[in-house]
Amino acid sequence: MLAYGLKRLLHVIPVAIGVSIVCFMLIHIAPGDPLAAILPSDASAELQAEMRSFYGLDKPLPVQYALWAWRALHGDLGVSIASGRPVLGEILSASINSIILAVAATMIGFTFGAVLGFLAGVFRGTWIDRIASAISMIGVSVPHYWLGMVLVIVFSVRLGWLPAMGGGPGGSDGKAVGWDYLRYLILPAITMSVIPMGIIARTIRSLVADILAQDFTQALAAKGLLTGQIMRHVIRNAAPTAISVMGLQLGYLLGGSILIETVFSWPGTGFLLNGAIFSRDLPVLQGTILVLAMFFVLVNLVVDVLQSAIDPRIQRS
Amino acid sequence: MTAITADIVAVPRIIRSPGFWHGVIRRLSRDPVALVALCIVIALIAIAILAPYLAPYDPAKTSVIRRLKPIGTPGYLLGTDELGRDMLSRLIYGARLSLVMGVIPVPIAFIIGSTIGIIAGYAGGIVNTLIMRTVDVFYAFPSVLLAVALSGALGSGLTNALVSLTVVFIPQIARVAESVTTQVRRLDYVDAARASGANAPTIIVVHVLSNVLGPIFVFATSLISVSMILASGLSFLGLGVRPPDAEWGLMLNSLRTAIYVNPYVAALPGVMIFVTSICFNLFSDGLRTAMDVKS
Repeated sequence: MLAYGLKRLLHVIPVAIGVSIVCFMLIHIAPGDPLAAILPSDASAELQAEMRSFYGLDKPLPVQYALWAWRALHGDLGVSIASGRPVLGEILSASINSIILAVAATMIGFTFGAVLGFLAGVFRGTWIDRIASAISMIGVSVPHYWLGMVLVIVFSVRLGWLPAMGGGPGGSDGKAVGWDYLRYLILPAITMSVIPMGIIARTIRSLVADILAQDFTQALAAKGLLTGQIMRHVIRNAAPTAISVMGLQLGYLLGGSILIETVFSWPGTGFLLNGAIFSRDLPVLQGTILVLAMFFVLVNLVVDVLQSAIDPRIQRS
Repeated sequence: MTAITADIVAVPRIIRSPGFWHGVIRRLSRDPVALVALCIVIALIAIAILAPYLAPYDPAKTSVIRRLKPIGTPGYLLGTDELGRDMLSRLIYGARLSLVMGVIPVPIAFIIGSTIGIIAGYAGGIVNTLIMRTVDVFYAFPSVLLAVALSGALGSGLTNALVSLTVVFIPQIARVAESVTTQVRRLDYVDAARASGANAPTIIVVHVLSNVLGPIFVFATSLISVSMILASGLSFLGLGVRPPDAEWGLMLNSLRTAIYVNPYVAALPGVMIFVTSICFNLFSDGLRTAMDVKS
């Protein structure tokens, strides 16, 4: 397992460098002078010259990249144009909210998706299968930002049960556990959970159907095991793949939370990113994307290694 | 003697099988769900093309006195939006930009991605490694994040959104193309063709393409649904088309503030995105089942 982990790590390093190059290039594919992108528009000529040499913008691109990557590795992702604060600090304080939301959504999505997929796989071809497949089809096809709006319309505007937006009472900075805060989490988490639910249901359905078609489950039945006991074997065989799909979905949700966080004004990294786009705050845009993409690469690596630890047969070449 | 030869020549013509695509169409025509989905997609495309003849009003004509009328208002069947524009007309015209933004990136990515993937899969070795490691880098981003990153850096606008979405889908298609090409390349008949003296372009065009394009095509059709949601999502974030253009994602965004006044009208553009997305998905599922010869 350690050897496999090291092998995966060696594979991931070039990908991570490539990802950082793409993020670095974002400021250069933006129209206009990169300096104009990282400085306020009313910056003085001296400041411009100073920053140009500080960021090495007068040097060739590979040197610029090396300087940028070196600073990024030391936690310096630049300064936000909009707020004047260091980008990393803004990302870190926002990422806690994003993690809370993504974890809650993954847990809800996994629970419902696993139940749906399991039932569909066991009762393959019956009406249960068809209903479960229809639900997961809706789950992967629904524009989730619209679903969020619909839930707000029903539960906030019409029924008035839950808040429509925000990360908690009295602004978004406070962190506490309690109903007052939990209320704000419910609608965004349910909205977000629809995506992994559909995918997990589909995965588990085909896993369960495949396992049930194998000889060993028939041998268990022939041996006289009860249905419940056979299902325990099915679950144990489906678990490694199902858990790795869940891990990957968590990564997707963390990286792709921008739409849902925007709909609910949930103060996470996606909301930060949306603000950065709106105000064309390129350092924040670049920094947030770098952190989220790197995190996604890391999640993939961890899922890979964990999966091979649970089931040594599964090792990606 | 001549009679016998004629007999032998005639035999293959009689027992000739109807062909792969014939079977696919036959199996598809027995799948009611896929057919209904295809009909709705065709209807949506027709609506987009015939928008000027179908829309009762000019989609850009604003009016201060008839803002946010509810669904069923006489003369305004689906109500009006926050600037008093007729919702039905805007939804009809919206099909144009929404379908263009959602659909166009996929065929472009299909052409570029399968070219890259087939070259990598056929060439193997160092060429494969170089191409696929580059593809891996773009594949390492969650799709939404990459689309937002690129169009966020490039700025809003239809072309930038199309470019971003195309870049998002190229690596996904290239990976599928590479893996099916690698499988096909190892098959005996490709070796046989090479042994009989065929050069690389001939083998790719004659033997590889005909066997890999089907699976890649099916995968690409499944991406249209994702692309629709992503494209409208970009407009929803203000990164796609700019106001006052009618596009479903953008309409959804500008109507967000109206959910307290007129929630049903505000939700309408999302219904269109949802219907389009699920129909493309259902048709793609049907196509995959119909092309799966083994089952």
